[in-house]
Amino acid sequence: MTRAGSLRPRLITLSCAILFAISAGGCTQLANPSAPQSTVFPGSDWGRMIQDLYGLIFWMAVVVFVGVEGFLLYTVIRFRRRREGEAVSQTHGNTLLEVAWTVVPSIVLLMIAVPTISTIFIGDMPPPVTTNPVRVTVIGHQWWWEFRYPDLGVVTANELHLPAGRTATIEVTSADVIHSFWVPKMGGKVDAIPTRINTMWFTPDAAAVGEHFGQCAEFCGLQHANMRMRLFVDTAANFDAWVQQQRAPASAAAAGDAQQGAELFQRSACITCHTIKGTNAQGTIGPDLTHVGSRTTIAAGMIDNTPENLAHWIRDPQGVKVGNKMVLPQVSESDARLFAAYLQSLR
Amino acid sequence: MATATARAAPRAGILARPVAPMGIWSWLTTIDHKRIGILYELTAFIFFLIGGLEALLMRSQLVQPDNTLLGPGQYNALFTMHGTTMIFLVVMPLSAAFFNYIVPLQIGARDVAFPRLNAFSYWVFLSGGVLMNLGFLIGAVPDMGWFAYSPLTSSQFSPSVGVDFWVVGLQVLGVASLAAAFNFLVTIIQMRAPGLSFMRMPLFTWTTFVTSILIVLAFPVIAVALIELMFDRLFGSTFFNVTPAAAGAAAAGGDPILWQHLFWVFAHPEVYILILPAMGIVSEVVPVFSRKPLFGYPFMVYAVVSIAFLSFTVWAHHMFTTGLSAIAMSFFAASTMLIAVPTGIKIFNWISTLYGGSIALKAPAMFALGFIAMFTIGGLSGVMHASPPVDTQQQDTYFVVAHLHYVLFGGSIFALFAGIYYWWPKITGRLLGDGLGQLQFWLMFIGFNLTFGPMHFLGVDGMPRRVYTYSPGMGWELWNVVATIGAFVIGVSVLVFIFNAFKSLRTGERAGDDPWDGMTLEWTIPSPPPHYNFVEIPTVAGRNPLWLQKHPELAGRHVPGADPIATDTGHSGSEGSGAESHDGHHAVHVPDPSYWPLFAGAGIFVAGFGVLLSAGGNLSLLAVTGVGLFIVIVSIFGWSLEPVNEPVQA
Amino acid sequence: MQQVASAPPAHPPTHVEEPSTGLNNRKVLMWAFLGSDCMFFGALIVSYLVYRGRWQGHPVPTDVFDIPYTSVSAFALLMSSLAMVLALAAIQRGDIRRLKIWLLTTAGLGLVFIGGQIFEFTTFGHEGLTLGGNTGGTTFFVLTGFHGAHVSLGIAWLLSLFVQAVRGQMAQARSLDVEIAGLYWHFVDIVWIIIFTVVYLIPI
Repeated sequence: MTRAGSLRPRLITLSCAILFAISAGGCTQLANPSAPQSTVFPGSDWGRMIQDLYGLIFWMAVVVFVGVEGFLLYTVIRFRRRREGEAVSQTHGNTLLEVAWTVVPSIVLLMIAVPTISTIFIGDMPPPVTTNPVRVTVIGHQWWWEFRYPDLGVVTANELHLPAGRTATIEVTSADVIHSFWVPKMGGKVDAIPTRINTMWFTPDAAAVGEHFGQCAEFCGLQHANMRMRLFVDTAANFDAWVQQQRAPASAAAAGDAQQGAELFQRSACITCHTIKGTNAQGTIGPDLTHVGSRTTIAAGMIDNTPENLAHWIRDPQGVKVGNKMVLPQVSESDARLFAAYLQSLR
Repeated sequence: MATATARAAPRAGILARPVAPMGIWSWLTTIDHKRIGILYELTAFIFFLIGGLEALLMRSQLVQPDNTLLGPGQYNALFTMHGTTMIFLVVMPLSAAFFNYIVPLQIGARDVAFPRLNAFSYWVFLSGGVLMNLGFLIGAVPDMGWFAYSPLTSSQFSPSVGVDFWVVGLQVLGVASLAAAFNFLVTIIQMRAPGLSFMRMPLFTWTTFVTSILIVLAFPVIAVALIELMFDRLFGSTFFNVTPAAAGAAAAGGDPILWQHLFWVFAHPEVYILILPAMGIVSEVVPVFSRKPLFGYPFMVYAVVSIAFLSFTVWAHHMFTTGLSAIAMSFFAASTMLIAVPTGIKIFNWISTLYGGSIALKAPAMFALGFIAMFTIGGLSGVMHASPPVDTQQQDTYFVVAHLHYVLFGGSIFALFAGIYYWWPKITGRLLGDGLGQLQFWLMFIGFNLTFGPMHFLGVDGMPRRVYTYSPGMGWELWNVVATIGAFVIGVSVLVFIFNAFKSLRTGERAGDDPWDGMTLEWTIPSPPPHYNFVEIPTVAGRNPLWLQKHPELAGRHVPGADPIATDTGHSGSEGSGAESHDGHHAVHVPDPSYWPLFAGAGIFVAGFGVLLSAGGNLSLLAVTGVGLFIVIVSIFGWSLEPVNEPVQA
Repeated sequence: MQQVASAPPAHPPTHVEEPSTGLNNRKVLMWAFLGSDCMFFGALIVSYLVYRGRWQGHPVPTDVFDIPYTSVSAFALLMSSLAMVLALAAIQRGDIRRLKIWLLTTAGLGLVFIGGQIFEFTTFGHEGLTLGGNTGGTTFFVLTGFHGAHVSLGIAWLLSLFVQAVRGQMAQARSLDVEIAGLYWHFVDIVWIIIFTVVYLIPI
């Protein structure tokens, strides 16, 4: 039975598949630089340590991959059956070889294990740069993030600001179910677990100034997909300015729509769940809205913070993000516009 | 069956023996390991289609950003049921199908040690599968993920009874798995043919044996976890509840991490429960299709045993982001990396078996080769997230989705298809078409890599798992489109298989006893085997006994003795098609059919259903559970009073 | 060769194949089951230990334990193992009369234990230790409750053997049935010794 004719196209396909897989593997390291949530373009000291470790393991894996798959492919091609009933020498094993491929992989794994364990302990120890750290408490809620700066007196939601060059120590916990805090640019994720506080640290690079994406990484119920956050790495001056602004009580509403909206807000059910510092609104169930106008997104990073989106959200929160905990009586379109005007003015 | 018809009235049990040799009742009351194997296979394949449909729906939802094909609740239910179905209702029972059908044949036995317990396992499995999926009928589908992390599963955060369907369904499936595992453990320890020592057992029998041990030791742990979760949800206990039951009450004091430990102590061995049988199948197929005995048999056996042992020491590598201590993380990282060593030995030994062989690239071999190639990729990405710091970037992203599918689809499913193509002729007597098989392989291989290869990139680009939607501009659009196309290619490949199967059953080429030039005992008997399997229990004098018998010139140095399969020889002539048992003179005694396993399985269904009825809040409906348990007790009573065989009328 | 394997034999093949190890199948099954049950109780005991000393509120299990009382019922269970040994010895000698006596004694001592547990649960309940009160109550009741369920199952098994003995269906040849029930019974006793030590005796 001649097989060579029918075999060749198959082998070509197989080779293509393998080549595809290899090139695909290469891309895993190169990845898509424009993906805003990419895990392989670190912007912090801790992120870089993880990336170095990943790079080491990755390239070792590539070598093993090419070796094993190449050997497999070579074997299949070279020893494919050319005619029925070929005599085949009956080897049963080779102890030396088998010991070799027990020992060699063990050595390779040791080369991975040693830097792995040293990195684990670095991550577990106090941060290397301890001057003037920024302490943040992250609290996961279904389905939004609360950020508290206990030393700075700032409370905000869904948008985290950190200064470049200063170490951030993050304490992560949860108010309800398990979530996971994850901004890939800064490093790995840490689970937010009720009754527990997990910590991590990282120091954003000066080059990382700008906006970075993050989101909840542990399935936390219906709207897990829309529990997103933004990290803004600021220059030192910008960060200080931001802190000053956030510490201030809510700006008094000017005249016009915002003024009417403020009155409406204080009479509404909103105040039972939300806090606006300096007003009667002192609820703690939903996000702190004292400076909500200064945020770029609403609904946990889901939609841009524009007057139209905000009014839509207030009129129909369940339509925008079904299942979220914001339930309120029907709001008329004009009232919603007033609410939005007021909230937008809270900068 | 013929033995049953030969007999009449006398009976020792409560019910008359079922006597129908054919038809629905003969299948419902069968305790023939081969028929039970076929039942497992068919049921699991139907669940495979359901689970695959769930996957296609998910891929359709993710084909573009902000898609609205599915809502969040529907998507969450689909990924929960897809994972649960594929693990517990597809890969495990497909493996069990081969345990049932093939292992007794490979060890030269006429049935398993406890044939009625075996039938009971199947009916309980079916009950569990149905209970698990019943939620679809009332719109309360489990939607908290197959890992069911507390406190999301508490009545506070998941008031729907969907979680209860999952808890009860999985508990019942656990009973089925345990019963089957006990049975295979005893069967392999006790019923090996004379001369078939442990170190002569075929690798598939070895992996069945080790898998059974894993089930026996791992499933009680999930049983306890599920009991605790059920108590929390139904009776207000506080194993995992963090928040107080009533406002103002003291904090409940439960620790959600306890669930994760219990769950993964079970679920990591479970991963090996899914992959070891696949490795066993590949270890059967590769030697036969390269006409060489397995390279390094003892190392292969030690590798299986050490993988199984290590699988109990690595569970917390699923918990690297939960705030383990540095010491614990280092330990679990090291033990996880250690598993790569025996796994590597297996891969090198398979390739060495191929090396120097005469490799026939028939469909079973293609799937087995696909297994080796794809499982290697899954193993390598596994080493990456064995490193905890790296894992904190990869955990719960599509990178892990890619990894686990390279292991469980590129691994288990490819190997199970290799097994289907390999043993189909033994089971049906006809060959599956090889051309269609090649077509199916390439469609599945390409579709698989299109679907799950790009998920590596999605993970590296930061796409989390278990999200029903994503925004445009995240850089995830392209690979999601590619993955969805790949998923539908896989769907087409499954259709090709179904066509091939029907074609084979109608017009397939007759297989004969030994279509592949096999090595092990199952190929010494007719295809399909007579219900008593072996006329004479063979005596085995080496590994690969049939191979040595057919090719004494190839006998290796390891094999002493000139007569690898000794039977009571000296009779040639009439083809033994089973007709000889009809005259009753030398009827081979195989266990008779029984109603009791079916009734006991039905009782378990009723008991589980009672728990679900009461999950709505009305605990008095637990009376239904009582009725179910009563049925179970009566059935076991009737079962124990019924002899395995009816006394033969002289 | 295939013909060889499938050819009809000249004389009826032996019906019962010898087990490969010489052990009885059912006995091996029971040992496998007990191995599995070890993991079952292991997981329940670990659940108890995880929360031990971290209980919130009162009463917690250690507030309500009456160790002398529980020691008595533990002693009854321990003695039942002795009776079980004697029952097995009796049937192995073919002494069905003593078999009946010792089976009944074993089951009776088991019932004393279960009665004691029911009384204990009731008392604890009155003193405020409940299933849902705190993690102490939760883990205590579920662990000891499942042990009690195991003992109850054992009692039912022993009594069914007793009934068969009374009806004259037990003979020396069936000593294995008693032996397997005995394996189960001794295991359940050993588990109680562990639970009693870990839960009641070792101070926090």
